[in-house]
Amino acid sequence: MSNNIVLSAQGLVKRFGGITATNNVTLNLHKGARHALIGPNGAGKTTLINLLTGVLEPTEGRITLEGQDITRLAPHQRVQRGMVRTFQINQLFDTLTPLETLALTVSQHQGLGGKWWQPLGARKAVTERCEQLLEQFHLTSVMAEETRVLAYGKRRLLEIAIALACEPRVLLLDEPVAGVPAGEREELLQTVAALPADVSVLLIEHDMDLVFSFANRMTVLVNGTVLTEGDPDTIANDPQVKAVYLGHGEDAHV
Amino acid sequence: MAPQNTLLQARRFRWWEPVFWLLAFAAPLALPSHALIVNEIAIVALFALSLDLILGYTGIVSLGHAAFFGMGGYAAALFAKHVMPDPLVGLAVGIAAATVLGAVASLTIMRGTDLTRLMVTLGVGLIMLELANKLDWLTGGADGLQGVMMGPLLGRFEFDLYGRTAAWYSLSVLLVLFLIARRIVQSPFGATLKAIRDNRLRAMAIGIPVTAKLAQVYTLAAALAGAAGALLTQTTGFASLDLFEFHRSADVMLILVIGGAGWLYGGILGAVGFKLLQDVISSVTPQYWTFWIGLFLVVLVLVGRDRLFRPWTWFGGKKA
Repeated sequence: MSNNIVLSAQGLVKRFGGITATNNVTLNLHKGARHALIGPNGAGKTTLINLLTGVLEPTEGRITLEGQDITRLAPHQRVQRGMVRTFQINQLFDTLTPLETLALTVSQHQGLGGKWWQPLGARKAVTERCEQLLEQFHLTSVMAEETRVLAYGKRRLLEIAIALACEPRVLLLDEPVAGVPAGEREELLQTVAALPADVSVLLIEHDMDLVFSFANRMTVLVNGTVLTEGDPDTIANDPQVKAVYLGHGEDAHV
Repeated sequence: MAPQNTLLQARRFRWWEPVFWLLAFAAPLALPSHALIVNEIAIVALFALSLDLILGYTGIVSLGHAAFFGMGGYAAALFAKHVMPDPLVGLAVGIAAATVLGAVASLTIMRGTDLTRLMVTLGVGLIMLELANKLDWLTGGADGLQGVMMGPLLGRFEFDLYGRTAAWYSLSVLLVLFLIARRIVQSPFGATLKAIRDNRLRAMAIGIPVTAKLAQVYTLAAALAGAAGALLTQTTGFASLDLFEFHRSADVMLILVIGGAGWLYGGILGAVGFKLLQDVISSVTPQYWTFWIGLFLVVLVLVGRDRLFRPWTWFGGKKA
């Protein structure tokens, strides 16, 4: 069982001055999992992602990736070890084209990021992978346009394509469909559903339709701590979870 | 078009590029009395090219780039005076000295915001200026380093009073380093620099070791700035504190603003524009030329470069 765990956080605590944003969180991500992390606004989901990816350093606790301690590694070192994230708010290279963005990411992943004498795109292995990704994420038609002029849905697709170009074994998706207009949504949902089966995914999402259609395991985070964890059916019928979400629902109706 | 062709297409030379360089190399022949200013433009262009690598391509602002220019200049001059007068060996020494300084100084620009970088680079520039001033047994202090005699280039071409050899020497060094820089910015390494410029957070999130890249490009830019400084002291036979002065760091930034940062010809065309403007205006009003340069810059920034150099778009009304 424990051999099956690819990413593990044990007793994570993060305090900002007097505020405890993450309080003793333990989370195990299994190989090939489709694991959703849900919780109301302010529950500490994004802080947890930042701790896992190394943007923030935990006050206490330990993080292991495939059995190795990565608690003190820099963000780019965790990426090199196979853990990649996407961002809730697009973080793209605005003046580069999608093709350049992916070519650079694939080159970096293939260990060519330091090559300064050969041109970007000289290697067939790089450009062929770019071609696949462009195709898979419906970006071929806009591959030569500057990223900043792309439609929001395309930018969102590129956001995820960049992460996949790093060939992750663990993928952290931070609200992948946030803000995507209805017309461009289907394209995005399909690509999320079609992620490679051997990639273990931790999904943070507010959209319950996506969560319940996608996840086979769920963790509910409230006020920085884990409220409960289980499979989707258990979570859906859990009275505590209902209280948290319905409570908010009632507020909204007032 | 296939992705590979699309990517590789960006590397091709445009038709006007060889024309531009041919004209540049023909200039000392066609305008023999202006060879000195051609030399000066080539040197400033190289200096601006160097700043473009860090400012335009990587997004590192600097107000102290003259530190490397001066380091290269003094190192080349001292080497010629005390060791040997060969220009190319001296150029290599100047580049090496500036590279070492760049590698050390790169430690200061890895963290912080644009504002802290402006302050820190300014500080490094001032420190170098004061060091050159105080170490007068070595540098000549405020009097400058006199008596730098250069040997003939490649053992054959003597530097003449009209500056023709100097102009061709500087242009050749500029061209070679330009071609290397061009190759670098089109490589995967160059692409990672642009990624850092556009979004540092995401650059880290795709596995780019950002601080290491910053150190590398800063050191590389220092090397090019050192080459420019070495060319200046070699072709003028003189090194003074002026090499380290703040106005050099500021001028080179203005040149990039005029020519456009983030493309390599920006520094070169900016240098041509800036030097010619300076030359023409200062021959008309020697005392007030900075006023006109200042006015030009204000107009340039307010109107925008694209519109200013396309007068036919001024009265066309707004298009959606």
